[in-house]
Amino acid sequence: MISIRNVSKSYGQVKVLHDIDLEIPQSQVFALIGPSGAGKSTLIRTINALEDIQEGEILIDGVSVHDKKTDINKLRANIGFVFQSFNLYPHLTALENVTIAPVNVKNANKKEAEEKGKELLASLGLGDKFASYPGQLSGGQQQRVAIARALAMDPKVMLFDEPTSALDPEMVKEVLDAIRKLAATGMTMAVVTHEMGFAKEICNQIVFMAEGKIVEVAEPKEFFSNPKTDRAQDFLAKVLNH
Amino acid sequence: MNYQMDWSVITDNFDIFMEGLLVTLKISALSLAISIPIGIIAGLCRISRNRVLSFLAASYVEVIRGIPLLVLLLWIFFVLGKFMKLGSFWSAVIGLAVFSGAFVAEIVRAGIQSVPRGQMEAARSSGMNYFQAMKLIILPQALRKVLPPLASQFIILIKDSSLASVIAVVDLSLVGHNLVATTFRVLEVWTFIAAVYFVITFSLSQIIRYFERKYRVLE
Ligand SMILES: Nc1ncnc2c1ncn2[C@@H]1O[C@H](COP(=O)(O)OP(=O)(O)OP(=O)(O)O)[C@@H](O)[C@H]1O
Ligand SMILES: [Mg+2]
Repeated sequence: MISIRNVSKSYGQVKVLHDIDLEIPQSQVFALIGPSGAGKSTLIRTINALEDIQEGEILIDGVSVHDKKTDINKLRANIGFVFQSFNLYPHLTALENVTIAPVNVKNANKKEAEEKGKELLASLGLGDKFASYPGQLSGGQQQRVAIARALAMDPKVMLFDEPTSALDPEMVKEVLDAIRKLAATGMTMAVVTHEMGFAKEICNQIVFMAEGKIVEVAEPKEFFSNPKTDRAQDFLAKVLNH
Repeated sequence: MNYQMDWSVITDNFDIFMEGLLVTLKISALSLAISIPIGIIAGLCRISRNRVLSFLAASYVEVIRGIPLLVLLLWIFFVLGKFMKLGSFWSAVIGLAVFSGAFVAEIVRAGIQSVPRGQMEAARSSGMNYFQAMKLIILPQALRKVLPPLASQFIILIKDSSLASVIAVVDLSLVGHNLVATTFRVLEVWTFIAAVYFVITFSLSQIIRYFERKYRVLE
């Protein structure tokens, strides 16, 4: 589904991704974890070409993401992206946030898009927030609107970059629950996260990154009970001991 | 001072004043309406990654800002007016629009740059192309943010329209000039005209303030 092949990326002279290889099969959920500066955000942002790459290629359903001949807008319409800082459109209501892309990108019928948007928002516990502006919503509510906005495009793949890191602790659960439900529907997903419990519980594979490289890929049980590399052992010792 | 105020010069010539006012309003409204798309396009070109476009836009802004409006109006009137048979009215409209457009361009550019980068990223990652993202997501936010400086610019434009009298547009201020020349009622005429300009510009700033207030809840 998502094939990342020998991808390298630099900012100027600084190489931040080194020869990344990763295969995410359909309906699987992969967690990307690792210390700050490891390149997790950079990697997940290359998957929908928010970042360019210098070497290698990324294929989604066989379509090359960074190929100049690829219609990037069409491809992105099939990839949902959820940001750490939500990035909702502050001048639009929750419902308009959800319908603006289907109506303008997919030329969806406005009425139908609204019906579907309301359903999505309601399914995420936002049935009474259709007309609210982002500024009137809590962080957890905003992030759920952002998830609804991504889902409104019927994506084949969902990417999350630390979806709960900007949230107050009491709101983390509502967002993780939404992602958990989505995983149960068979959505293919990559999630950058610091929530180890969540990664352990719902992810098929843990991808551990450090210094721009993938250091270890393993099933959660294996990874958390028996990490193979020193880097991963160090990292787990730090994050699990507080 | 034994200058006796005599306001009959106003009441007697009310129709002429109103005709002048109408011309002032027309010139201001037209040049304002044209300066907005000029400003948006030039502002967008200014931040474009295309070197040629951004150079052209920057040159436009710098050149216009460096020329006195009076000179620009005279130049457009005598050059374009003669070659393209533009009358004084349209020379004034175009001159004012081109002049004001350069300032609107800078305001629009600042507005666009004040919208967080994540907005463009969110829009593009949902499959919008650059122009859709600009039109639907970035510009609506940018223009709301720059309403106060835009209001100031439009007020300046209305007042600057009085310079159109130098190319023989019979606007409010030229009506004033002519009446002063024949009646010598300097104080009455210019006080009245100042009051009329104030009413127009004050109304405009109230309208813009209304929109500002309306959009403020969204922040
Ligand atoms: N726009 C940029 N220009 C230059 N360097 C950058 C840029 N963005 C990221 N980097 C660098 O790339 C490296 C990887 O950053 P990245 O944001 O991908 O890390 P991360 O694993 O997501 O970290 P965190 O957990 O803190 O979010 C870092 O060294 C960072 O300083
Ligand atoms: Mg990051």
